[in-house]
Amino acid sequence: MKILVLISNVPDTTTKVKFGDGNKELDVSGVQWIINPWDELALTRALELKESSGGKIEKVSVITAGSKVVEPTLRKALAIGADDAIRVDVEARDAYEVSAALAEAVKDENFDLILAGIESSDYNNSAVGGMLSEFLSMPSISSVTSVEQEDEGFSVKREIEGGTEVLAINQPFVAIVQKGIAINPRIPSMRGIMMARKKPLVVKEVSAVGALTEFDHFELPAPKGKVTLVDADNAKELIRLLHEDAKVI
Amino acid sequence: MSVLIYAENVDGKFKKYAFEAVSYGASLAGKLGTDAIALSIGEVAEEELLSLGKYGAGKIISIADSRLDILENAAYTKVIAEVAGKVDVKVVVFASNNTGKALAPRVSVALHAGFVGNAMSLPLEVEPLMFKKMVFNGKAIGYIKLKSEKAVLTLARNSFGIHESPKDAAVETMEIALDDSLFAVKLKDRHKITGKILLTDAEVVVSGGRGMKSADNWGPLEEFAEVLGAATACSRPVSDEGWRPHEEHTGQTGKIIAPNVYFALGISGAVQHVAGVSGSKIIVAVNTDKEAPIFEVADYGIVGDVMKVLPQLIEAAKELKEG
Ligand SMILES: Cc1cc2nc3c(=O)[nH]c(=O)nc-3n(C[C@H](O)[C@H](O)[C@H](O)COP(=O)(O)OP(=O)(O)OC[C@H]3O[C@@H](n4cnc5c(N)ncnc54)[C@H](O)[C@@H]3O)c2cc1C
Ligand SMILES: Nc1ncnc2c1ncn2[C@@H]1O[C@H](COP(=O)(O)O)[C@@H](O)[C@H]1O
Repeated sequence: MKILVLISNVPDTTTKVKFGDGNKELDVSGVQWIINPWDELALTRALELKESSGGKIEKVSVITAGSKVVEPTLRKALAIGADDAIRVDVEARDAYEVSAALAEAVKDENFDLILAGIESSDYNNSAVGGMLSEFLSMPSISSVTSVEQEDEGFSVKREIEGGTEVLAINQPFVAIVQKGIAINPRIPSMRGIMMARKKPLVVKEVSAVGALTEFDHFELPAPKGKVTLVDADNAKELIRLLHEDAKVI
Repeated sequence: MSVLIYAENVDGKFKKYAFEAVSYGASLAGKLGTDAIALSIGEVAEEELLSLGKYGAGKIISIADSRLDILENAAYTKVIAEVAGKVDVKVVVFASNNTGKALAPRVSVALHAGFVGNAMSLPLEVEPLMFKKMVFNGKAIGYIKLKSEKAVLTLARNSFGIHESPKDAAVETMEIALDDSLFAVKLKDRHKITGKILLTDAEVVVSGGRGMKSADNWGPLEEFAEVLGAATACSRPVSDEGWRPHEEHTGQTGKIIAPNVYFALGISGAVQHVAGVSGSKIIVAVNTDKEAPIFEVADYGIVGDVMKVLPQLIEAAKELKEG
């Protein structure tokens, strides 16, 4: 069996967001790039599954659609423990273009399980996992909080509106994962970093499909008005303000 | 042309977020000079279906197929895409919840429609469509333009609200042929959370951080929440420590919520935490440290010890609720 983990390359979450070119794009100067936190957890879970599979899962691959600048992030995924990496060489402008490119790159690879994160911390779309599964005509399970190997397939827990479900699935599928999938992300060890240099990172070219959306511009939210402080000895006043002024309770 | 709104039911009933999606879809249809049609999948009583008319749906298409009792994304996508074809859709609207996130991206590929995740406004322009959406976990706003004929969007929770615009609605039942090969998952177990206000549904949320000091100190926080009819939440270290259940963890790696009011008690306000709650209408902070970053995003605040402040808040809230 083979697992594929989708990796989104995003600015570190503490980045102070600035825009350049007339607020048309993110100003990337000084930005530290990281593996999207969900993808880091997905990769961690994929490696755990492989290790406890008794050889049944032979390989964990990672993939990113992006230009050469995403390669350090893929190398980090290799250092964490992925066996090989694919970079799909496109500067995709929206989730549709990303997903189409990923689909073309992996359609003949027959992965048994594809893991995507629920959301990238840059454009907050929650799109690529679902789109990829539709492009590949594969089943998808979203809001997944746990994946276990079982008999011939997997047992998957997911959140639904107002509850949780445990599902069994016996064919290749896409799991879109969220909190719970793994607790602590693995970090690269010294040895992992050394080994990552020798692991394969292949670059795949795909045909261009074109984006279906584009950002016109960005803006920073209006600064919040100053906080209204209430004296700690007169905390009851807070309840009055929330009821009478803010009208929220 | 039409705007199609997927109205999800839970055990045969629509919840607030479905009404919000229909309200939004109806306003959007008004802007586009077209009709709002709601789509319901699963067994729902006629009277409940008609209740969507109150929020502006002129027609309600109902599809009941017992195989759809379980959310099978590929099959649901097929149903929604086929209906979209029949009603000559311009925009398909989903609520941005677990279900909407599972289906909307697939539907957008099936319809070759541009996708907008977490839209927070009606279109600012119609030709081409342009929407506002949150980006960088709430640190900025993006204005996204459609380059395709059709659009699929998920609506950020509580960003539009519920608006009544009653229509004489009619229900139309439809059948869509679904191949068995579209069904891949088998249900082994289902666990419903009942009798508790769900964090993602709550209008009022009371949340505690490491400043609460220990698992034993949650009594007053829970009491305060109960008096207000609020859901309880916590910061990540609190759930990591096992002081509170993991379902309560809010933030970038936990739940993203947008209540009317969010009480952050003993929470420092790290960016990763704020990322999950910045959609709240009002943020209230109680913290001993007046320099804590939470005060930069809070609307109201008290600089003080939460264990001394909470009893006063409980008393005042009780007076208000009983008054
Ligand atoms: C990739 C990543 C993802 C993360 N995701 C999340 C996430 O989703 N959610 C999340 O919450 N965190 C997340 N974090 C962690 C985040 O960075 C913070 O560490 C965390 O939010 C801090 O929790 P806290 O505010 O409860 O604790 P602290 O930072 O320890 O703050 C406690 C606060 O309580 C105050 N206090 C102390 N005593 C009292 C008292 N008696 N009365 C009143 N106030 C008091 C203190 O002044 C302080 O401000 C993430 C971190 C990373 C790196
Ligand atoms: N450029 C990309 N390359 C590979 N995977 C991606 C890319 N962008 C997003 N993903 C995956 O899709 C998930 C959701 O991202 P998004 O749809 O951008 O919110 C991420 O957590 C990744 O697993």
